[in-house]
Amino acid sequence: MSAIEMSGLSKDYTVGFWRKRPWRALDGLSLRVEHGEVFGFLGHNGAGKTTTLKILTGLTFPTAGSATIQGLPIGTPEALRNVGYLPENPYFYDYLTPDELLDYFSRFFPMSAAQRRERREIVLEQAGLIEFRKTALRKFSKGMLQRIGVAQAVLHNPEILLLDEPMSGLDPVGRREVRNLILQLKAAGKTVFFSTHILSDAEALCDRVAILHRGKLVGVGQIAELLKRQSGFEAVIESCPAALLPRLQALASGTVTASGGHHRLEIAEEKVAEFLGYCTGNGVRLLSLNPLRFSLEDYFVELLRASELASERAAIGSKTS
Amino acid sequence: MIASQILAIARNTFREAVRDRVLYNLVAFAVIMIATALLFGEISIGIQKTILINIGLSSISIFGLLIAIFLGIGLVYKEMDKRSLYPLLSKPIRRWQFVVGKFLGLNLTLLVNTVLMSLGLWAALYYLTRSFQPEDVHIWTAIYFILLQLCLVTAVCLFFSCFTTPILAAIFTFLIYVVGSFAADVRDFGRLTENSALESLMSLIYYLLPNFSDFSVAGAVSHGRAVGGYLIVLNTAYALSYSSLLLIAAVWIFSRRDLK
Repeated sequence: MSAIEMSGLSKDYTVGFWRKRPWRALDGLSLRVEHGEVFGFLGHNGAGKTTTLKILTGLTFPTAGSATIQGLPIGTPEALRNVGYLPENPYFYDYLTPDELLDYFSRFFPMSAAQRRERREIVLEQAGLIEFRKTALRKFSKGMLQRIGVAQAVLHNPEILLLDEPMSGLDPVGRREVRNLILQLKAAGKTVFFSTHILSDAEALCDRVAILHRGKLVGVGQIAELLKRQSGFEAVIESCPAALLPRLQALASGTVTASGGHHRLEIAEEKVAEFLGYCTGNGVRLLSLNPLRFSLEDYFVELLRASELASERAAIGSKTS
Repeated sequence: MIASQILAIARNTFREAVRDRVLYNLVAFAVIMIATALLFGEISIGIQKTILINIGLSSISIFGLLIAIFLGIGLVYKEMDKRSLYPLLSKPIRRWQFVVGKFLGLNLTLLVNTVLMSLGLWAALYYLTRSFQPEDVHIWTAIYFILLQLCLVTAVCLFFSCFTTPILAAIFTFLIYVVGSFAADVRDFGRLTENSALESLMSLIYYLLPNFSDFSVAGAVSHGRAVGGYLIVLNTAYALSYSSLLLIAAVWIFSRRDLK
């Protein structure tokens, strides 16, 4: 049994004022998140990330498909008992203090008064809000609200955390704190499913990521695997005679660039040995050879391009047929 | 657990109202109105007490109505608009619990306010007469009827708050209150027209909209007349059953709403 399982989830909204028309926010999303995973849900604004999280928490109803959390159908109190949710740009009752807000939310879980008090202390400490516990939330900055949002999500020590853009609105220190918190949760064996468009966060934290584009899942896999697929090497050589360049160009996976008396070229993994042999045999001085690490951002952009291209082809195909 | 979750929502709704400055302004106005009733009493020789009770009960009713509408119209809508509902409804609760909790919370607020304003009226009455008469106890029946009326108004507000904006909810609730306060006149008007279609329409309005006219007994109690026990039972049953129906409709609508 997976921690979260989605099967063909779709969501249509009605848009337009006079001429109402359906707009598909989510298109047949099928995905599994395993227990203990930190799973990144990536996509640009409007890709359907928030819609997915709202469906999982029962705030929005899917037009089609189904989903379960720990085997329990979504939208039921039973499924939500073990879920902590942080909405995007959270807003809380601004007339309450963090103490009051957390006490209020803790009353929805089967906890004794002593347990409620204890959990409140722990999460306020974790969120770094102990000294502001008696300050009305209306006086909180965006970053502080985000922190109280994280605090209320982990209040009942849930097994599964659904975090919608948890680093949004945070300064670098705040972002690092949330990152550390996610790592702590992972170490404690919790499942964290979080949406983000900050790819460096996903790269640093996630075991696996899924990429959503216009409501469709366009890629999913382990970060290490996704990036390995694209790996190669970057070689820098001292300027060599022009006669050697065409062969070097043939070995390179891209164009050979020249600057400051050096040539820079990218070499695919399977051609590295051949390249090194060529350099040694022809007296080409190799200055450096480093693994070329494609970032998640490169992968993300590439996937989106491929997805755009596929959509364009499909559109052309439907017009011509 | 279900009951304690509803109570938590009710308690928070009450806390929100108590921390709202507008509430205090309205209560202050009501107290001023009751004090003004004392002045009117001073210049109305022989009927001071009647004037005081009449104006006092009317003030409690009107300001209670304003508080009910003002707070009621935003009960659900405001939470959806500001998205404070997201972290709440993602807790293990059902949507009907939220609606019922909100309803109970606002009614608790109205109960506390009405009791406070009524104590003000009671004090003013003592100030004027320096003693209480046995028939003065009927004032509390009138106050109880005001509370039933406010319970009904809260249910109407909550119903509209589930699917429309606060302004529209306020307009609809106010119109329903006005028409419902003249329910019997509406039906009689239909009969007078001698037009069967119009008569049916007026009868439909009479039976469909909440009837507020039977809750108004200020005139009777200000003259020291008792309110019949049957009316107390009838009004209680009517207010509770009508409010329950509205709550069921509100829950039905709200449970199907997508929170965007």
